[in-house]
Order: sequence, then C-alpha cells, then structure tokens
Amino acid sequence: MKIGLLIRLAVFLVLVALLIQPDLFQGFFALFARPTQPAIYNQGNLLDITISHLTIVAIAIALSTVVAVGLAILVTRPFGAEFLPVSRTIANVGQTFPPVAVLALAVPILGFGTAPTLIALFLYGLLPIFENTLTGLTTLPPNVIEAARGVGMTGRQRLMRVELPLALPVILAGIRLSTVIALATATIGSTVAARTLGEVIIAGLQSGNTAFVLQGGLIVGILAVLIYDALAGLERWLTARTGQKQAAAN
Amino acid sequence: MIEIEDIVKSYNGTTVVDHISLTIPPRTMSVIVGTSGSGKTTLMRMINRLVEPTAGTIRIDGEDIRDVPAHELRRRIGYAIQGHGLFPHWTVAQNIATVPKLLGWEKSKIEARVDELLGLFQLDPAQFRNRMPHELSGGQQQRIGVARALAAGPNILLMDEPFGALDPLIRAKAQEDLLAIQRKLGTTIVLVTHDMEEAIHLGDRIAVMDKGKLLQYAEPAEIIVNPATPFVADLIGTSDRPFRLLSLTRVGDHVETGTATGSPIAADASLRDAYSDLLWSGRTAAPVTRDGQAIGIITLAACARMAARPQ
Ligand SMILES: Nc1ncnc2c1ncn2[C@@H]1O[C@H](COP(=O)(O)OP(=O)(O)OP(=O)(O)O)[C@@H](O)[C@H]1O
Ligand SMILES: [Mg+2]
Repeated sequence: MKIGLLIRLAVFLVLVALLIQPDLFQGFFALFARPTQPAIYNQGNLLDITISHLTIVAIAIALSTVVAVGLAILVTRPFGAEFLPVSRTIANVGQTFPPVAVLALAVPILGFGTAPTLIALFLYGLLPIFENTLTGLTTLPPNVIEAARGVGMTGRQRLMRVELPLALPVILAGIRLSTVIALATATIGSTVAARTLGEVIIAGLQSGNTAFVLQGGLIVGILAVLIYDALAGLERWLTARTGQKQAAAN
Repeated sequence: MIEIEDIVKSYNGTTVVDHISLTIPPRTMSVIVGTSGSGKTTLMRMINRLVEPTAGTIRIDGEDIRDVPAHELRRRIGYAIQGHGLFPHWTVAQNIATVPKLLGWEKSKIEARVDELLGLFQLDPAQFRNRMPHELSGGQQQRIGVARALAAGPNILLMDEPFGALDPLIRAKAQEDLLAIQRKLGTTIVLVTHDMEEAIHLGDRIAVMDKGKLLQYAEPAEIIVNPATPFVADLIGTSDRPFRLLSLTRVGDHVETGTATGSPIAADASLRDAYSDLLWSGRTAAPVTRDGQAIGIITLAACARMAARPQ
C-alpha cells in the first residue's frame, strides 16, 4: 500500500513536471527527434492542451453518465420495463459506431471544432455506463430491497437512499471504463479541430517527429492510468465499506 | 387487532392463499406454521400490502388497510425478515433510525430512540452505534433487524422466519428476548416459521397452513390435543405430543409440598425441562426454587400426569 502510494505520487509528479516544465525532459525526448527537429512540442502550451483535452472528456462523460444512468433507472422501474430491450439496442448501436464515423457524420452538421468530438465521446460513453448501471440496479440483494419496501420507503426514496447508493460501485466501474476509452478516443478529435492532445501526436506524425508523438501519447497514457487507478480505488473503498464482495462488473 | 376476512391471493390462476379468515387479538403473538410453499409469507405480506390480495379484506383496528397509502401503512407496521435485510451501506444507528427518519422525527429524538433500542437488545450503544452491518455477528444483525422494525413504536410487528439463520443457542436466546420484549411493549406480533417447536414456544395462538388453506387457528394446547386434521397432527408429530404439552406448562404451577434432594429446578422452567432433569438424574422428585427461595417439590408423577392427553 505504502509503495503503491509512492509510485502513484511519482507518476503524478512526472506528469505535472511534463506539463509545466517540459524543458526538463529535453534530453530524454531529444533521443527520439532528429537533430534538426525541436524535441519539445512548440506549437502550443502542453498544459493548456491537456486541460482542454480533459475538459472535453469530462463534459462528454458527465453527459453520458446523466443520460445512461437516467435511462437505466427508467427501464428498471415497473412502468419502464418494456423499454428495456429498445434502450439496450440504442446503447449498443452507439458503441458499434466507430468514433471516426461519428466525427465524419457530425462535422457537416455541427461544423469543425469541439462539438462533433463531444458528440462522439458522449455516444461512445453511453453503453458501458448504461450496462453497468443496469447490472447494478438489477442485482441488488433481494432481502435489502424487500426491507426497503417493508419499512415504508416510497419508490423514489428506495431509489435514492438504497438502490443507487448500493449500485454505485458498479456504476462507477462503468464510468471508469467509459472515461478511459474517451481519454484515448478524444485524440481523434483534433482531426476536426477540437483542441486535444491528438494535436501533439498528429503534429509529430506530419513532421516525422517521434518525440512529439511520444509526448502526446505519454500524457494521454499517464492520465488514463491515474484516472483509472483513482476511480478503481474509490470503487474498492465503497465496496469494502458495505462489506460487499468486489462488485461483479466487467 | 388484525381482522383478515376471506382473503385470497392467486398468481396466474394458481391460488396460493385460499379464502383465509382469522382475527389476531391485540397484544398477542400469533405464529403461522406450515410446510414450505404453503403461503405463509404471502399471507403475512398482505397485512402490510407488500402483496395485494386478489380478493378479501384486511382491517387493522377496524380500518381497511386499502384506505391507507401502502408506504404509510408500512411505516406503522414493524417488519423483520430472515437474514435481517439491513441496509449494508448504513451504520447500525442509521439502520435503526430508518422509519423514524421517514416519519420526520427530530434528530435528538431519533438519537435517543436508537440508544434506547440498542439498550433493549443488550448492545452497548457506544460500541455498536457506528458499526456497519457486516461488522456484526449474525445474532447481532438479527437483533438490529428487529430493533429497526420496532424503532417507531409500531403496534404490530410482522416477522418472517426471523430466527431462521441463527444457530440453536443464539436462536433460543433470541426467542426469549422476543417474548420479553413482547410482554414489555405489548406489541401484536405475527411470526412465520416452519418450526413447530418454535411455534409452540412463542405463540399465544398458532395458525397452521397447508397448500394455501388455513387448517387450524387455536392456542398451542388445543392444537396439540385436538389437531383439526391429520396434517396438523403430523406437523406436531404424534410421538412428541406429550413433551410439547409439557413444554407449555411452568413448574411453578404444579409444585407440591414436601422435600427432595439434589439440584433445584427453577419455578419458571417448563415441565418438559423438569421432566427431562428428573429422568436424567434418576430422581422421582426435585426441589423447586423461586428467586432462590425453596417453595416445594416437583414430582415425576406430576409431570407424567400433565403429559397425558387431557380427558
Ligand atoms: N410473486 C409470485 N409469483 C408467483 N408465485 C408466487 C409468488 N410469490 C409466491 N408465489 C408462490 O406462492 C406459493 C406460496 O409462497 P410463500 O412464499 O407464501 O410460501 P411460504 O409458506 O412462505 O414458504 P417458505 O416456508 O418456503 O418460505 C409458492 O408456491 C410460491 O411459489
Ligand atoms: Mg416464506
């Protein structure tokens, strides 16, 4: 545990240094650039690009979460049960659509910029969160739900006080999955002029500068690992608190 | 008082509770027994509208339960189930406070009530208040489950196999606690079990069910002596009848004058325990004490007399 914490802290500090003082890594990245090429990305501030990247992902996932959790709640209520199959289909379609195709379709409608990327990430994030919320809400211990009814909670009280809190670790696992996918997928957004770390990678590819590609990739990778790890930790904490077995999601 | 009148429950044409009528007097414990699938749980769950009857009426203190919104009705009726059903993400105190909170009690009143109930179940509030359910033993979880059911001071308590998951020792203790609490609070209790022993021990009255029908609803002694059908007789077990009868009677009611040797028997022990003790120690009589004072003797003959079928 102690060691794990140290490693996490070290990785986090590397990331911060890379974003604030990329010149510190001049020597390292120079190994991957030709002598005539700049080793550190010079067409924009890495910190700003990263913040923009994270903001796009955060907004998209927040929207996915609201819609997917909302849908899952609706179809697990008695009155919404008949929509269960159809909502599953819709979420599945969202997932099978390649993000590039969504971008290509969205650009003529929404124009270049952040919007098409947001839409693609949003659609892409729906399914894991929807599926997990569904799993979470339909596999609650029956005697606990029975007790919630028996003590006289209304449907809404049962949902807010018992069902959602107990399903939370499983829902979080879905959000974690969607977030990590979105972090990586967002890089494609820079092809339609969204400001994401894809910009750094593409600049590297265009000029044949491996150092740029590496920088972009490294930042996305570290972000993904840290966020994955933090959310997984939160899930473990929530699960342990209620003495449940590790939630059976993914 | 709970009046169940000609109640029926069918699922897709299958009748699982078949025209049952019974009246449960206030401040008594009625125990529903029967084999698995006989409709005990369904019958009980219709009292707090967790199941809506297909036909028939249930009244509580004269009021038709359909005239009250289901969730409000349930807040007035305690409900304890097998495996306790505690909310795993809430502390012991939060679990006990569930219904008072739903009813909008003041915070200070809720806290006082939680501590009072923990005390009633012999759990130290300081030690248990902030524990999570999974940090309790099975017996403790079960007690918290009953404490939660009693938290808002309901007149009626429904219990579905509340002791089913407990080992025999803890189970016996839980039964004693329940009897003590029932005497103290005067709650009307309806308890489901498939253990005839438990039914006879706890029930002021026993309802025997089979295949959705109520075969007999009577006091334990009546059920033992005059079973309404062969099925009821089977459930009691013919070879156990004398001992079940003895278990209903206290030693104190059959004390004779005289002296006897050996270890004394308490006046509030059952005749069954006394009989067993006498046989085991090879005595024909034993001294009886009440609160440590000798009050006479209990004889093997008296036990045998009481075990015989009443004429
Ligand atoms: N929701 C339901 N839908 C269909 N059938 C049901 C439903 N609930 C109960 N039943 C059926 O009704 C019958 C009585 O069930 P119930 O749970 O009341 O029995 P029980 O006497 O409590 O049994 P046990 O001792 O096993 O708990 C059973 O055959 C059961 O399968
Ligand atoms: Mg049952």
